[in-house]
Amino acid sequence: MPQMSMIEAIRDAMDVKLGEDDNVVVFGEDVGYFGGVFRCTHGLQQKYGTNRVFDSPINESGIVGTAIGMGAYGLRPCIEIQFADYIYPAYDQIVSEAARLRHRSNKDFTAPLTIRTPCGGGIFGGQTHSQSPEALFTHVSGVKTVMPSNPYDAKGLLISAIEDDDPVIFFEPKRLYNGPFDGHHDKPASNWSKHLLGDVPAGHYTVPIGKASVFSEGSDVTILCYGTMVFVAEAAKKETGIDAEIIDLRSLMPLDVDTIVESVQKTGRCMVLHEATLTSGFGAELAAQVQERCFYHLEAPVVRVAGYDTPYPHAQEWDYFPGPARVGKELKAMMEAV
Amino acid sequence: MSKYAPLRFHVPQPTGRPGDEPDFTGIEIPAAGSVRRPAVDTKAADMKELASTMVRVLNRDGKAVGPWAEGISDEILLTGLKNMIRVRTYDERMMTLQRQGKTSFYMKCTGEEAIAVGFKAALSKGDMNFPTYRQQGLLLSTDYPLFKMVCQILSNSEDPLKGRQLPIMYSSKEHGFFTISGNLGTQFVQAVGWAMASAIKGDTKIAAGWIGDGSTAETDFHAALVNASVYKPPVILNVVNNQWAISSFRGMAGGDHATFAERALGYDIPALRVDGNDFLAVYAASSWAVERARRGMGPTFIEWVTYRVAPHSTSDDPTQYRPKEESAAWPLGDPLLRLKNHLIGRGLWSEERHTQAESEYNDEIRAATKEAEKYGVMGSGSSPKNMFDDVYKEMPPHLREQRQKLGV
Repeated sequence: MPQMSMIEAIRDAMDVKLGEDDNVVVFGEDVGYFGGVFRCTHGLQQKYGTNRVFDSPINESGIVGTAIGMGAYGLRPCIEIQFADYIYPAYDQIVSEAARLRHRSNKDFTAPLTIRTPCGGGIFGGQTHSQSPEALFTHVSGVKTVMPSNPYDAKGLLISAIEDDDPVIFFEPKRLYNGPFDGHHDKPASNWSKHLLGDVPAGHYTVPIGKASVFSEGSDVTILCYGTMVFVAEAAKKETGIDAEIIDLRSLMPLDVDTIVESVQKTGRCMVLHEATLTSGFGAELAAQVQERCFYHLEAPVVRVAGYDTPYPHAQEWDYFPGPARVGKELKAMMEAV
Repeated sequence: MSKYAPLRFHVPQPTGRPGDEPDFTGIEIPAAGSVRRPAVDTKAADMKELASTMVRVLNRDGKAVGPWAEGISDEILLTGLKNMIRVRTYDERMMTLQRQGKTSFYMKCTGEEAIAVGFKAALSKGDMNFPTYRQQGLLLSTDYPLFKMVCQILSNSEDPLKGRQLPIMYSSKEHGFFTISGNLGTQFVQAVGWAMASAIKGDTKIAAGWIGDGSTAETDFHAALVNASVYKPPVILNVVNNQWAISSFRGMAGGDHATFAERALGYDIPALRVDGNDFLAVYAASSWAVERARRGMGPTFIEWVTYRVAPHSTSDDPTQYRPKEESAAWPLGDPLLRLKNHLIGRGLWSEERHTQAESEYNDEIRAATKEAEKYGVMGSGSSPKNMFDDVYKEMPPHLREQRQKLGV
């Protein structure tokens, strides 16, 4: 199988769909000729032409708004918002329009669009290039929200998203674009060429939306996480020796409750881990689900580890980032609690 | 100490409030027939004055004059008049239903009927409108079943939108009518996207976006214009300037001392400013813009100058914020009467035929209403199950669980 970075896997997914389906179009800021600031669309305009892959004005509400119009016509737009931090001007178009067309028009109009957007920190991006706003979308009825953690899932999930007849917000943890980053920013970066999940099949395959993956089996505690935190959790597991079961949720909405419940009922402990700010984060929903469904199996309270409720800092990035040391400390405390 | 006087904050005020005499002296109205009709391939920069003046066809004597009067068939005018009568009759009937407590909400388009009806007459089947809430004429001048329209107003068991939408927020893809949003302005840029898709696919269909003068202040207005300017898709961007956005006069959207049409020029989009109460001018300007779009010449911006005679909605009372006599003083008159008088003057119509048409539409709408009421009024007959369906194409587990808990 070809070895791919997450960037190459994402590009390959769009390449596959552009090749298979004439109704797929790809556009966004710097996406066309240049191939995107993270290079995810590199070469696609040259291959498919400016009718299919093109630049947009710096106008996020316009990118999503025009894509909704295209979807109503019958196209299947896969659009890029350059940073998740820039998605807010498009929020009204996503929440009030894309998410609601099917329901409010009784299926007369739908918005089968995919909104790709890089999220998360770890690249010294400061507060406007580092945010993880996934909870703003999981709270919205009518959209699906996914976040892959590796090249294999990224390609399969992106193909699923483009083929999905409902709008999908596709978050790309940018710190994972080139390698499986585990939070040890002071150590040399590794890349996907040496990782099993960098093995990406050529051609068409899908990873279903709504299915979590058991990233690493264990029996002491369940860690519910997604995106960059999957590898942080793995590092903390190794470093503490605590036999954690790491669930990579992949899809936040719809959520794979069955996989979560099965794991927590087995381990009896649950940590919820995300990079986004703590309060009203997606972890709150996860903690509530676990409490409702696994209360009598729990041996300790559910613990949330997340970004602080501050703007994402620049100079203090690694104090903010929930790295393996913070995760490990909380894991130990959980195990000692009972 | 500063050498400057203290700064003063400016909040625009209309020319009249309740108790004042109506004052429209600030609205310049050129003589009918005085505005040139450029070729459809004219560049925006070569027809700038058309964004500042007003295209008018019907003069004070009810005669059609000037270059925009040419090429309009009698059939278009007669059908247009009938459709305008149909719209006005429908509005009055739905208002009655609201007063009877059979629907929660209604919005009339009184005084603005010519715009939607005349514009729709210039479109072809397959073209798509992205309307606001005051373009019922786009649907009522098609064969869309009245029964379904009334059921939507009543939110009953036959409501085609299953009680999910506020009354008047119709949707019909088949009739070129995009699902109406209550979030103002969003549809304007979606129309541009639909037109982009038509161009991408090498189709021949065109799109039309609609927005009110007040909502031009929304960011999506700019989004629509910049994307239309960049991609040059086959779209017509309509601003219905009816002077009032609930209680805010057009000046609260920056439209007091500059016209809305003039904004298009900064985006290199050809713009027309048109007497929206003159059916012939509406049809001629619409046809001009449709021809431009169809021939691949890109977007056209049209400002329709009109007056909102009706309250904003059944929840609004305009006597609280504008002079009582303002609508009667509106200098562009009543679009229905103007077309009627024109056709009578030409011997194509008569008072008798007019009364007969009003009576026929009244009967038609009464019959449809009577039939619709059998399926419930004011939300009765609508199933709670309808809430959960179609949120997604396939119902995800969490919604299934919530629906089961409700027991439906």
